[in-house]
Amino acid sequence: MSTAIEIPYNSTERPDTGLYNAKLGVWLFLASEVMLFGALFSTYVLLRTGADTWEHGAEFLNVPLATINTMVLIFSSVTMVMSWASLKMKNFGKYKLYMGLTFLCGVAFLVIKSFEYAAKFEHHLLPSTSTFMALYFTMTGLHGLHVIGGMIVNGYLWGPGSKMWQTDPERFTNRVEVAGLYWHFVDLVWIFLFPTLYLLPGK
Amino acid sequence: MTEAHHHEEHHGELPFWRKYIFSTDHKVIGIQYGLTSLVFLFFGFSLMMLMRWQLAYPGKPLPIGFLVKWLGDSRMPGGIMAPEFYNQLGAMHGTIMVFLGVVPLAVGAFGNYIEPLQVGAQDMAFPKLNMSSYWVYFIGGVVMLCSFFVSGGSAQSGWTSYPPLSDVTPQSHSLFTGQSMWLTGMVFLITSSLLGSVNTITTIIQLRAKGLTWMRLPFFVWAQLVTGFLLLLAFPPLEAAGVMQLMDRMAGTSFFLPSGLVVGGKALNVSGGGSALLWQHLFWFLAHPEVYVLILPAMGIVAEVIANNTRKPLWGYKSLVYSVIFLGFMSFIVWAHHMFLTGMGTAINAFFQTTTMIISIPSIIILTALILSLWGGSIRFNVPMLFALAFLPMFGIGGLTGLPLGLASADIHLHDTYYVIGHFHYVVAPGTLFALFAGIYYWFPKASGKQMNETLGKWHFWGSLIFMNGIFLPMLIQGLAGVSRRLYDGGVSYLHAEHVLYLNKVMSHSAWALAVVQLIFIVNFFWSLFAGRKVTSDNPWEATTLEWATPTPPPHGNFLKIPEVYCGPYEYSAPGEDKDFHPQNEPYKKPGDQNNQEKR
Amino acid sequence: MSDTHHEDVHRHVKTYIRVFVALAVGTIITVLASNFHLGIILGIIVALIIATVKGSLVAAFFMHLSAERKPIYWVLVLTATFVVAMVGLIMFARRDQQGRQQGIFAVPAKHVPVHHAETPEGAHKE
Repeated sequence: MSTAIEIPYNSTERPDTGLYNAKLGVWLFLASEVMLFGALFSTYVLLRTGADTWEHGAEFLNVPLATINTMVLIFSSVTMVMSWASLKMKNFGKYKLYMGLTFLCGVAFLVIKSFEYAAKFEHHLLPSTSTFMALYFTMTGLHGLHVIGGMIVNGYLWGPGSKMWQTDPERFTNRVEVAGLYWHFVDLVWIFLFPTLYLLPGK
Repeated sequence: MTEAHHHEEHHGELPFWRKYIFSTDHKVIGIQYGLTSLVFLFFGFSLMMLMRWQLAYPGKPLPIGFLVKWLGDSRMPGGIMAPEFYNQLGAMHGTIMVFLGVVPLAVGAFGNYIEPLQVGAQDMAFPKLNMSSYWVYFIGGVVMLCSFFVSGGSAQSGWTSYPPLSDVTPQSHSLFTGQSMWLTGMVFLITSSLLGSVNTITTIIQLRAKGLTWMRLPFFVWAQLVTGFLLLLAFPPLEAAGVMQLMDRMAGTSFFLPSGLVVGGKALNVSGGGSALLWQHLFWFLAHPEVYVLILPAMGIVAEVIANNTRKPLWGYKSLVYSVIFLGFMSFIVWAHHMFLTGMGTAINAFFQTTTMIISIPSIIILTALILSLWGGSIRFNVPMLFALAFLPMFGIGGLTGLPLGLASADIHLHDTYYVIGHFHYVVAPGTLFALFAGIYYWFPKASGKQMNETLGKWHFWGSLIFMNGIFLPMLIQGLAGVSRRLYDGGVSYLHAEHVLYLNKVMSHSAWALAVVQLIFIVNFFWSLFAGRKVTSDNPWEATTLEWATPTPPPHGNFLKIPEVYCGPYEYSAPGEDKDFHPQNEPYKKPGDQNNQEKR
Repeated sequence: MSDTHHEDVHRHVKTYIRVFVALAVGTIITVLASNFHLGIILGIIVALIIATVKGSLVAAFFMHLSAERKPIYWVLVLTATFVVAMVGLIMFARRDQQGRQQGIFAVPAKHVPVHHAETPEGAHKE
């Protein structure tokens, strides 16, 4: 059995859909992620409206740190899309720079997050403390796992995966674009998560 | 864009483990899914056979010595089933049959094997992802099986895992409790399904051969496409809910635990403020589309087999396509008909009742189109066709018995009774499972180059048909009499069940007989694989769809020449042709012919 | 993929920077707005609007959604429909609960005269 299969539309777009395979694939995946985080947000809505009282996140969550984290993620989205743009302009050096920055931003986000979590545990604020804290840890925790996942992909594309630039530059550029779409989505979720958990008034 | 099949540098034969274990070839993966799911199906069936002893002979010791000894005193003290063990069997029977058996067989096996072939592709869009999907499913299955062996046993709060019971059974922060392992297993299975559906949808949209327009797709492919979207969009809320239940069990949160809950006489030491109904909403948001995941591929298979064995095009192809799309969409907004008795008000009940009634329309259209397809056909009563034909009335019964359940007022009497169990088993067992059997008998020659034995197949068919009805028809009767489901003693302690209790014995004996009949199938399957009659043609059923345009069995890459499609999927008995079928990849001799066909 | 000209991508880069600035500003506005006591409803609305604007910028420009193809749009429209249905119907179900009907579902309570139970000896009635 030879390994001579070539799946069409990995690098080029299919004329009638205008898409290459991985782009459709990642958008489908993101659609499922929207449903996942949507379910968590609807849990927030349901539990909050059913409660007599609800915590004001800003009172004991670290808003300054989370604001910094928001900026970090937004910045990383810019560097991510710049890394793809660099490949489109055939500048592999710039790609490495921007992708590296994106990865470091991810590290920064997780480090700041771990400070936050540590502070919570020190003050005996655990998931079991209240439904608000349960939601806080579950939503930010799941989001954090997604950040880690994205970093693994980005790290691979920065490191060993970048070899594909030599053999199939179009396909590699597409891979970076697709990884970028995922990364932007992770940023997008945080854009909604941050005000919901940290900023909304209590009741 | 590659047109011709490249003969790239030959990298040498792949080693055994790359060719058969960690293969990226959709056909190998399809067979892996197929064999694994069949094993799980038989295992899940065995769990139920054990339950049926307790239901037919409640409180009597099981007369199978070695089995009692192996199960041990905690599960079968003195040979008599402990109630907790009965609940474990019930919860795991449902879980295994749905998530480890039917869906992997219908979508993972048939979808993976047939769909790329029918769209004329060399493989799925993402072969490595496909391989990962299978192995993630496998791990999920192993986790589920291991859950039987932890202390306290497996999950035992129903396949529906309703809190607060599932949150506190047992009360333990450990991951190694049956329920927490169930939740972990589900996360793996959901991930597998999500990745698989991304592959399915992308393959159908992106890898269709030249000339294969949307309205020339075999109905099987349409069914898999809609199924893919159901899996993609409906599963994540259950994954979220599963994570939250794990948090409840292991981190002491109260997502699903209301305030003031008392368990075993002691107030629960949690924050409270949660909602048990939230779980139900999120669970059924998935689980309703899930049942359409169970039936749609089956309808797809039945359509293929009927068209082929009536030697005429399907009646109402367009209606079939629009109905299946509409059905998929509607399936997302009917879920709370599983929750009519949870104290929801009349307005919301009316909403879900209405959408549920509406969703029966496309179902009926599909069934009717399939039945009408038989009219005027030259019917060949081979084994696949027998199963496909039986599917029609059996699914009819299943579907019709669903109607009173979908009406809130009737559901008051029928909810959580054996009527429900009868209803859904009719759709899944002599419904979906029959369609899957039809698919196995139908595509076996393509995948293996051998024919399955017709006589054994007919015994398998008739035996299964008779005994399945022997199991599930009495359930409808018991349910109407008010016998509740999930009763460990089968209804013995309830006065209103007295006059229908004898049916328990009828059902149990039918179940055990059904198992014996399946042995015929297993023998046939393996014997034919090794010593069956060889097929003499690549297209023994004289079918029109692209999977038959490959060598037998199809090699890596599937097609010797990338196919181009010239006509619709069911060009049988077209006037003016020299044979009674026109394969999709065969060009027309005269330029005018093609237009004539498509106008029909 | 078709070759994008250098000038084209350069224009895109300018856009990315502008979007970044907009997002940063939006973040600051959100944090500042939360310091005003807007009340629950207004607070949620403001937060939601700002987040939606920010999210749309990310989607439209970083994710190139503004230039994307029909299949993607349809997938997203479908997804959005189901999210709205999920959240909406769950909320609807909660509001329309028997015995807890509020607002448009309110059922006027029947007046049931209250009979005071006999108080046990020594107990004070509040």
